[in-house]
Amino acid sequence: MSTRPPSRLTLGPLLFHWPAQKRRDFYLRIADEAPVDTVYLGEVVCSKRESVFAPFRAEVIERLRAAGKEVVLSTLALVTTAREVDEIRTLVAEGSLVEANDVACLQVLAGRPHVVGPYVNVFNEGARDFVAGHGATRIVLPVEMPATSIRTVADTVGGTELEVQVFGRLPLSVAMRCYHARAHNRTKDHCQLVCGLDPDGLTAETVDGVDILTINGTQTLTHGHGVLLAELAMLQADGVTHFRLSPHDLDMVRVASIHRDVLDGRCDGADAIEALRPLTGSVPYVNGFLHGREGLAWVGRP
Amino acid sequence: MTDRYLELVCPAGTPAALRAAVDAGADTVYCGFRDCTNARNYPGLNFDPDELRDGVAYARARGCKVLVAINTFPRAGNQAPWHRAVDQAAAAGADAVILADLGVLDYATRHHPALRRHLSVQASAANAPSIAFYRDHFDVKRVVLPRVLSVREVAALVEETGIETEVFAFGSVGPMSEGRCFLSSYLTGLSPTSEGACAPASHVAYIDRDGEVLSRLGSTTLNTFARGEPAAYPTPCKGRYVTLGRASYLFEEPVGLNAIAILPELKAAGVTALKIEGRQRSRAYVAQIVGAFRQALDALARGETPPVAALSGETEGGRETFGAYQKGWR
Repeated sequence: MSTRPPSRLTLGPLLFHWPAQKRRDFYLRIADEAPVDTVYLGEVVCSKRESVFAPFRAEVIERLRAAGKEVVLSTLALVTTAREVDEIRTLVAEGSLVEANDVACLQVLAGRPHVVGPYVNVFNEGARDFVAGHGATRIVLPVEMPATSIRTVADTVGGTELEVQVFGRLPLSVAMRCYHARAHNRTKDHCQLVCGLDPDGLTAETVDGVDILTINGTQTLTHGHGVLLAELAMLQADGVTHFRLSPHDLDMVRVASIHRDVLDGRCDGADAIEALRPLTGSVPYVNGFLHGREGLAWVGRP
Repeated sequence: MTDRYLELVCPAGTPAALRAAVDAGADTVYCGFRDCTNARNYPGLNFDPDELRDGVAYARARGCKVLVAINTFPRAGNQAPWHRAVDQAAAAGADAVILADLGVLDYATRHHPALRRHLSVQASAANAPSIAFYRDHFDVKRVVLPRVLSVREVAALVEETGIETEVFAFGSVGPMSEGRCFLSSYLTGLSPTSEGACAPASHVAYIDRDGEVLSRLGSTTLNTFARGEPAAYPTPCKGRYVTLGRASYLFEEPVGLNAIAILPELKAAGVTALKIEGRQRSRAYVAQIVGAFRQALDALARGETPPVAALSGETEGGRETFGAYQKGWR
């Protein structure tokens, strides 16, 4: 236990479509104030959104690096067009560390060191060994992984870093069809980026009035925030090295501080959850996947 | 069959369905073992190793090939059933295995290099570099393309990768990128990716309430129907949800995929094989759908216009679509 690597706090890629200025201000504040070690930047959900942030991208990367943050460039989760493939090639050619969210990116990387993102299925030690043998230095595990599997995949011998999302709505699926456009009776080609209306996504209820899912363009997420504050110590002991916060339209600097305090043993999980509640409004918390339960479950302290 | 128009790949959920598909004119059948190693792990379906051996013998005697789907993702610490399934498929003389997991692909490549490997739709390879990755690392000979592509996109992939492709021709419309959809486990705790069952029947309930029927998956209501109205099976992507105050089939209308009218376009796109879905369907269903496609393909191979088969009664919701093939869900 004494040789355990330090626990790194990361900020995952922004999944939602925010105006460029809002994104820029968000990341500059992260650079200045958030106790995160790594920031993932890039469009994971829809390539139509990419150009919006482009003018500010270089400035944000520079400010994050100047603040001592590791910057990782994330790629699309579902790649289908030649233009999207070209964008991956351009990104990889820049030479920064890349998070591969589609196997296409693994092919383009051709063995160069990279992070395997949560949208590429690495569910077991066989898949782990394969990707590690082809350049993966860090694997962000699929959100569905239970703790028992995480423990097994944790690679204490090979030294592959493992990352788990510990805060924010959990991505459940990606599609070709845009559900934001559908909800607004628009076609995908004429969506006018209507997903930008909802900085934390659009709630989908069941027909009997229960908030159940969050729509984010072509992506579907949980309605509840995934919250693993009470499980952080267990994940640290199990060999998870990186802990991902998924950005939402709330005080992410404070969210990061709360997680940093628990990772460093300054605060206990239950107290941290109480500190988090005022930041997240009425959105419920979920942690069922980690406990091998339905993902929407909330398993309290055993 | 060197002048085959398109290879007809048909579902064999049971040994009886295998014989029905072969007898109705399948060029190839696909099946899986009776456990979590395949993506249709439903009660009463699938094969044990002896049944597979018998099935291979029956099919081969009639000029038909057998593919074995081992296309779920092993749970960490329990890869043995997947490795064993690959060994047993090889031992039974299967013509190919259909795989999705990087670890299982790696195992099959190293331990059974001579056993032909196809890439399952569960691997969600929807672009040329992904397909090339599986081709280069695992010598995959054929890729089953995700149901999210248009015919034009399919043609581009065939041209760029030079690999055999198999596309869905009849069954359901899957809007989500398959193999990485966690909606069902979000609602039930059972994982389609690891346990091979989306919306397992054990978690489905129909509840009568105030003159209507609620269909539920786990504790979540996915739809309501008037009593007596046929209630579609509650798969999460086929439920009705309320957004912006309006209830709708947000992900997918209750329609079935039927590509029988666009077979010449698929042929022109360079597609090798057509997949008929339905390992969970009856022997009679399999015989009817396979028979209709056999007739159409034979007519096309002779340069004739195929007869119009009435299959719409068999599609989900009784309505048909070309899915993504025509417009690619733009």
